[in-house]
Amino acid sequence: MKPRFWVPAVALAGLIVLFAIGLTRDPSKIPSPLIDQPAPAFDLPVLSGGRLVSESLKGQPVLVNFWASWCTPCLQEHPLLMELARSGVKIVGLNYKDEPQVAQQWLDRHGNPFALIAQDRDGRVGLDWGVYGVPETFVLDAGGLIRHKHIGPLTRQAWQDEVSVLLK
Amino acid sequence: MLVGAALAATASAATDDEERYRALIAELRCLVCQNQSIAESNAPLAEDLRMQVQNQIAAGRSDEEIIEFLTARYGDFVRYRPAFKGRTLLLWLGPFAVLVLGIGVVLLFIRRSHRGAAPIAPDPSQLARALKDEERLP
Repeated sequence: MKPRFWVPAVALAGLIVLFAIGLTRDPSKIPSPLIDQPAPAFDLPVLSGGRLVSESLKGQPVLVNFWASWCTPCLQEHPLLMELARSGVKIVGLNYKDEPQVAQQWLDRHGNPFALIAQDRDGRVGLDWGVYGVPETFVLDAGGLIRHKHIGPLTRQAWQDEVSVLLK
Repeated sequence: MLVGAALAATASAATDDEERYRALIAELRCLVCQNQSIAESNAPLAEDLRMQVQNQIAAGRSDEEIIEFLTARYGDFVRYRPAFKGRTLLLWLGPFAVLVLGIGVVLLFIRRSHRGAAPIAPDPSQLARALKDEERLP
Protein backbone atom coordinates (compact mmCIF):
# COMPACT_ATOMS: atom_id res chain seq x y z
CA MET A 1 0.00 0.00 0.00
CA LYS A 2 1.16 3.49 -0.80
CA PRO A 3 2.27 5.54 2.23
CA ARG A 4 -0.61 7.99 1.86
CA PHE A 5 -3.16 5.27 2.69
CA TRP A 6 -1.46 4.62 6.02
CA VAL A 7 -2.04 8.10 7.41
CA PRO A 8 -5.84 8.07 7.70
CA ALA A 9 -5.82 4.37 8.61
CA VAL A 10 -3.44 4.93 11.51
CA ALA A 11 -5.31 8.05 12.58
CA LEU A 12 -8.60 6.13 12.56
CA ALA A 13 -7.06 3.27 14.53
CA GLY A 14 -5.77 5.76 17.07
CA LEU A 15 -9.20 7.34 17.43
CA ILE A 16 -10.86 3.93 17.82
CA VAL A 17 -8.48 3.06 20.65
CA LEU A 18 -9.15 6.41 22.32
CA PHE A 19 -12.92 6.00 22.08
CA ALA A 20 -12.77 2.39 23.27
CA ILE A 21 -10.93 3.47 26.40
CA GLY A 22 -13.33 6.36 26.88
CA LEU A 23 -16.37 4.09 26.71
CA THR A 24 -15.15 2.08 29.68
CA ARG A 25 -15.10 5.19 31.87
CA ASP A 26 -18.07 6.70 33.65
CA PRO A 27 -18.12 10.47 33.19
CA SER A 28 -20.75 10.92 35.89
CA LYS A 29 -18.21 9.81 38.52
CA ILE A 30 -16.46 13.02 39.38
CA PRO A 31 -12.84 12.62 40.52
CA SER A 32 -12.17 14.17 43.89
CA PRO A 33 -9.69 17.03 44.20
CA LEU A 34 -9.14 15.94 47.81
CA ILE A 35 -7.07 12.85 47.04
CA ASP A 36 -3.82 12.96 49.04
CA GLN A 37 -5.10 16.05 50.86
CA PRO A 38 -5.85 16.23 54.58
CA ALA A 39 -9.43 15.29 55.29
CA PRO A 40 -11.52 18.48 55.70
CA ALA A 41 -11.94 19.23 59.39
CA PHE A 42 -15.24 18.73 61.13
CA ASP A 43 -16.71 18.79 64.62
CA LEU A 44 -20.06 17.03 64.72
CA PRO A 45 -22.48 15.53 67.24
CA VAL A 46 -22.41 11.76 67.55
CA LEU A 47 -25.60 9.71 67.33
CA SER A 48 -24.89 7.90 70.59
CA GLY A 49 -23.90 11.10 72.38
CA GLY A 50 -20.88 13.34 72.55
CA ARG A 51 -18.99 14.83 69.65
CA LEU A 52 -16.56 13.67 67.00
CA VAL A 53 -13.68 15.83 65.88
CA SER A 54 -12.01 14.82 62.60
CA GLU A 55 -8.56 15.11 64.21
CA SER A 56 -9.33 12.12 66.43
CA LEU A 57 -9.63 9.89 63.34
CA LYS A 58 -5.85 9.98 62.92
CA GLY A 59 -3.70 7.14 64.15
CA GLN A 60 -5.06 4.32 62.03
CA PRO A 61 -6.49 3.88 58.52
CA VAL A 62 -10.26 4.33 58.54
CA LEU A 63 -13.19 4.33 56.14
CA VAL A 64 -15.50 7.32 56.31
CA ASN A 65 -18.87 6.36 54.86
CA PHE A 66 -21.47 9.01 54.01
CA TRP A 67 -24.90 7.40 54.31
CA ALA A 68 -28.54 8.18 55.10
CA SER A 69 -31.67 6.28 56.08
CA TRP A 70 -33.40 7.68 52.98
CA CYS A 71 -30.67 6.37 50.70
CA THR A 72 -31.70 3.19 48.88
CA PRO A 73 -28.29 2.34 47.36
CA CYS A 74 -26.87 2.46 50.90
CA LEU A 75 -28.75 -0.78 51.56
CA GLN A 76 -26.85 -2.40 48.69
CA GLU A 77 -23.48 -1.92 50.30
CA HIS A 78 -24.71 -2.50 53.83
CA PRO A 79 -24.07 -6.27 54.01
CA LEU A 80 -20.50 -5.72 52.80
CA LEU A 81 -19.96 -2.97 55.38
CA MET A 82 -21.25 -5.28 58.12
CA GLU A 83 -18.85 -7.97 56.96
CA LEU A 84 -15.89 -5.58 56.87
CA ALA A 85 -16.74 -4.21 60.30
CA ARG A 86 -16.88 -7.74 61.71
CA SER A 87 -13.47 -8.47 60.23
CA GLY A 88 -11.98 -5.48 62.03
CA VAL A 89 -12.16 -2.64 59.51
CA LYS A 90 -12.90 0.67 61.25
CA ILE A 91 -15.80 2.41 59.54
CA VAL A 92 -16.97 5.83 60.68
CA GLY A 93 -20.48 6.70 59.55
CA LEU A 94 -21.27 10.25 58.41
CA ASN A 95 -25.03 10.41 58.58
CA TYR A 96 -25.88 12.90 55.83
CA LYS A 97 -28.97 15.17 55.97
CA ASP A 98 -30.88 12.76 58.14
CA GLU A 99 -33.02 12.73 61.28
CA PRO A 100 -31.19 11.16 64.25
CA GLN A 101 -34.19 9.08 65.35
CA VAL A 102 -34.84 7.80 61.82
CA ALA A 103 -31.15 7.03 61.38
CA GLN A 104 -31.12 5.10 64.65
CA GLN A 105 -34.20 3.14 63.61
CA TRP A 106 -32.53 2.26 60.32
CA LEU A 107 -29.48 0.95 62.16
CA ASP A 108 -31.60 -0.99 64.64
CA ARG A 109 -33.43 -2.58 61.76
CA HIS A 110 -30.53 -3.38 59.41
CA GLY A 111 -27.54 -3.58 61.70
CA ASN A 112 -24.79 -1.12 62.61
CA PRO A 113 -21.38 -1.48 60.92
CA PHE A 114 -20.09 1.85 62.22
CA ALA A 115 -17.60 2.39 65.03
CA LEU A 116 -19.15 5.84 65.41
CA ILE A 117 -21.86 7.81 63.66
CA ALA A 118 -21.42 11.56 63.23
CA GLN A 119 -24.45 13.58 62.22
CA ASP A 120 -24.09 15.99 59.31
CA ARG A 121 -27.64 17.31 59.54
CA ASP A 122 -27.39 20.21 57.10
CA GLY A 123 -24.90 18.58 54.74
CA ARG A 124 -22.27 21.24 55.29
CA VAL A 125 -19.57 18.70 56.09
CA GLY A 126 -20.59 16.75 52.99
CA LEU A 127 -20.12 19.90 50.96
CA ASP A 128 -16.61 20.35 52.39
CA TRP A 129 -15.80 16.77 51.44
CA GLY A 130 -17.18 17.18 47.91
CA VAL A 131 -20.05 14.77 48.47
CA TYR A 132 -22.67 14.97 45.75
CA GLY A 133 -24.67 11.85 46.50
CA VAL A 134 -24.91 9.00 48.97
CA PRO A 135 -23.34 6.59 49.54
CA GLU A 136 -19.78 7.77 49.18
CA THR A 137 -16.85 6.17 50.99
CA PHE A 138 -13.54 7.85 51.71
CA VAL A 139 -10.38 6.00 52.67
CA LEU A 140 -8.22 7.87 55.18
CA ASP A 141 -4.71 6.84 56.10
CA ALA A 142 -3.29 6.97 59.61
CA GLY A 143 -2.08 10.51 59.02
CA GLY A 144 -5.58 11.74 58.20
CA LEU A 145 -5.01 12.11 54.45
CA ILE A 146 -7.71 11.08 52.00
CA ARG A 147 -6.19 8.38 49.83
CA HIS A 148 -9.26 7.26 47.86
CA LYS A 149 -12.89 8.09 47.26
CA HIS A 150 -15.45 5.52 46.19
CA ILE A 151 -18.62 6.89 44.65
CA GLY A 152 -21.80 4.82 44.98
CA PRO A 153 -22.29 1.60 46.91
CA LEU A 154 -19.05 -0.12 47.85
CA THR A 155 -18.65 -3.32 45.89
CA ARG A 156 -16.60 -6.37 46.76
CA GLN A 157 -14.57 -5.74 43.61
CA ALA A 158 -13.81 -2.17 44.63
CA TRP A 159 -12.95 -3.33 48.16
CA GLN A 160 -10.54 -5.95 46.85
CA ASP A 161 -8.93 -3.91 44.06
CA GLU A 162 -8.87 -0.39 45.42
CA VAL A 163 -9.69 -0.07 49.09
CA SER A 164 -8.21 -3.02 50.98
CA VAL A 165 -4.75 -2.34 49.56
CA LEU A 166 -4.77 1.11 51.13
CA LEU A 167 -5.66 -0.16 54.58
CA LYS A 168 -2.62 -2.42 54.91
CA MET B 1 -31.63 63.82 50.82
CA LEU B 2 -28.66 61.95 52.29
CA VAL B 3 -30.96 59.20 53.55
CA GLY B 4 -32.38 58.93 50.05
CA ALA B 5 -28.91 58.62 48.58
CA ALA B 6 -27.95 56.04 51.20
CA LEU B 7 -31.11 54.04 50.47
CA ALA B 8 -30.43 54.23 46.74
CA ALA B 9 -26.87 53.08 47.34
CA THR B 10 -28.04 50.12 49.40
CA ALA B 11 -30.64 49.27 46.79
CA SER B 12 -28.10 49.31 43.96
CA ALA B 13 -25.65 47.29 46.05
CA ALA B 14 -28.42 44.73 46.54
CA THR B 15 -29.10 44.55 42.80
CA ASP B 16 -25.35 44.25 42.14
CA ASP B 17 -25.28 41.30 44.51
CA GLU B 18 -28.31 39.84 42.78
CA GLU B 19 -26.64 40.20 39.39
CA ARG B 20 -23.45 38.58 40.68
CA TYR B 21 -25.55 35.80 42.21
CA ARG B 22 -27.43 35.19 38.96
CA ALA B 23 -24.23 35.20 36.93
CA LEU B 24 -22.41 32.86 39.31
CA ILE B 25 -25.14 30.26 39.62
CA ALA B 26 -25.34 30.07 35.82
CA GLU B 27 -21.61 29.32 35.72
CA LEU B 28 -21.66 26.47 38.25
CA ARG B 29 -22.65 22.92 37.42
CA CYS B 30 -25.17 20.87 39.32
CA LEU B 31 -23.22 17.74 40.19
CA VAL B 32 -26.36 15.63 40.48
CA CYS B 33 -27.99 16.64 37.19
CA GLN B 34 -24.68 17.17 35.55
CA ASN B 35 -25.83 18.78 32.33
CA GLN B 36 -27.54 21.63 34.19
CA SER B 37 -26.25 24.63 36.04
CA ILE B 38 -27.22 25.08 39.68
CA ALA B 39 -29.47 27.89 38.46
CA GLU B 40 -31.54 25.39 36.46
CA SER B 41 -31.42 22.30 38.63
CA ASN B 42 -34.05 21.26 41.19
CA ALA B 43 -31.73 18.88 43.02
CA PRO B 44 -31.34 19.46 46.77
CA LEU B 45 -27.58 19.76 46.37
CA ALA B 46 -28.13 22.53 43.80
CA GLU B 47 -30.22 24.36 46.37
CA ASP B 48 -27.43 23.94 48.94
CA LEU B 49 -24.87 25.29 46.50
CA ARG B 50 -27.07 28.24 45.55
CA MET B 51 -27.35 29.06 49.24
CA GLN B 52 -23.58 28.82 49.64
CA VAL B 53 -23.12 31.28 46.76
CA GLN B 54 -25.68 33.65 48.23
CA ASN B 55 -24.13 33.51 51.72
CA GLN B 56 -20.62 34.01 50.41
CA ILE B 57 -21.64 37.01 48.29
CA ALA B 58 -23.27 38.48 51.38
CA ALA B 59 -20.08 37.78 53.35
CA GLY B 60 -18.14 39.84 50.84
CA ARG B 61 -16.28 37.13 48.96
CA SER B 62 -15.29 37.81 45.36
CA ASP B 63 -16.53 35.75 42.39
CA GLU B 64 -13.09 34.16 42.04
CA GLU B 65 -13.01 33.24 45.72
CA ILE B 66 -16.44 31.61 45.53
CA ILE B 67 -15.54 29.60 42.44
CA GLU B 68 -12.24 28.62 44.06
CA PHE B 69 -14.12 27.51 47.19
CA LEU B 70 -16.24 25.11 45.12
CA THR B 71 -13.49 23.83 42.82
CA ALA B 72 -11.37 23.04 45.88
CA ARG B 73 -14.16 20.73 47.04
CA TYR B 74 -15.66 19.39 43.82
CA GLY B 75 -12.91 19.86 41.26
CA ASP B 76 -12.91 21.74 37.97
CA PHE B 77 -16.00 19.88 36.81
CA VAL B 78 -18.15 22.13 39.00
CA ARG B 79 -17.43 24.94 36.55
CA TYR B 80 -20.13 24.70 33.90
CA ARG B 81 -17.76 25.98 31.26
CA PRO B 82 -14.34 24.38 31.56
CA ALA B 83 -11.61 26.72 32.69
CA PHE B 84 -9.28 27.85 29.94
CA LYS B 85 -5.91 26.73 31.27
CA GLY B 86 -3.07 24.33 30.55
CA ARG B 87 -4.95 21.13 31.27
CA THR B 88 -8.05 22.06 29.29
CA LEU B 89 -6.20 23.57 26.32
CA LEU B 90 -6.59 20.31 24.41
CA LEU B 91 -10.31 20.28 25.17
CA TRP B 92 -10.88 23.81 23.89
CA LEU B 93 -8.50 23.82 20.92
CA GLY B 94 -8.66 20.15 19.98
CA PRO B 95 -11.62 20.37 17.57
CA PHE B 96 -10.06 23.32 15.72
CA ALA B 97 -6.72 21.55 15.56
CA VAL B 98 -8.36 18.44 14.10
CA LEU B 99 -10.25 20.59 11.57
CA VAL B 100 -7.08 22.34 10.44
CA LEU B 101 -5.28 19.01 10.25
CA GLY B 102 -8.10 17.53 8.20
CA ILE B 103 -8.14 20.45 5.75
CA GLY B 104 -4.35 20.21 5.45
CA VAL B 105 -4.55 16.50 4.62
CA VAL B 106 -7.27 17.08 2.02
CA LEU B 107 -5.24 19.86 0.36
CA LEU B 108 -2.17 17.64 0.35
CA PHE B 109 -4.04 14.84 -1.42
CA ILE B 110 -5.53 17.24 -3.99
CA ARG B 111 -2.11 18.67 -4.83
CA ARG B 112 -0.52 15.20 -5.07
CA SER B 113 -3.21 13.89 -7.42
CA HIS B 114 -2.82 16.92 -9.74
CA ARG B 115 0.97 16.53 -9.93
CA GLY B 116 0.84 12.82 -10.73
CA ALA B 117 -1.91 13.11 -13.39
CA ALA B 118 -0.88 12.06 -16.94
CA PRO B 119 -1.64 14.43 -19.86
CA ILE B 120 -4.84 13.42 -21.58
CA ALA B 121 -3.78 14.46 -25.11
CA PRO B 122 -3.48 11.29 -27.26
CA ASP B 123 -0.79 10.34 -29.74
CA PRO B 124 -1.76 12.15 -33.10
CA SER B 125 -1.12 9.07 -35.36
CA GLN B 126 -3.26 6.86 -33.08
CA LEU B 127 -5.99 9.48 -33.20
CA ALA B 128 -5.90 9.58 -37.06
CA ARG B 129 -6.10 5.75 -37.23
CA ALA B 130 -9.00 5.69 -34.78
CA LEU B 131 -10.89 8.30 -36.77
CA LYS B 132 -10.33 6.35 -40.03
CA ASP B 133 -11.67 3.17 -38.36
CA GLU B 134 -14.73 5.06 -37.26
CA GLU B 135 -15.41 6.30 -40.83
CA ARG B 136 -15.44 2.71 -42.14
CA LEU B 137 -18.19 1.63 -39.74
CA PRO B 138 -21.73 1.59 -41.22
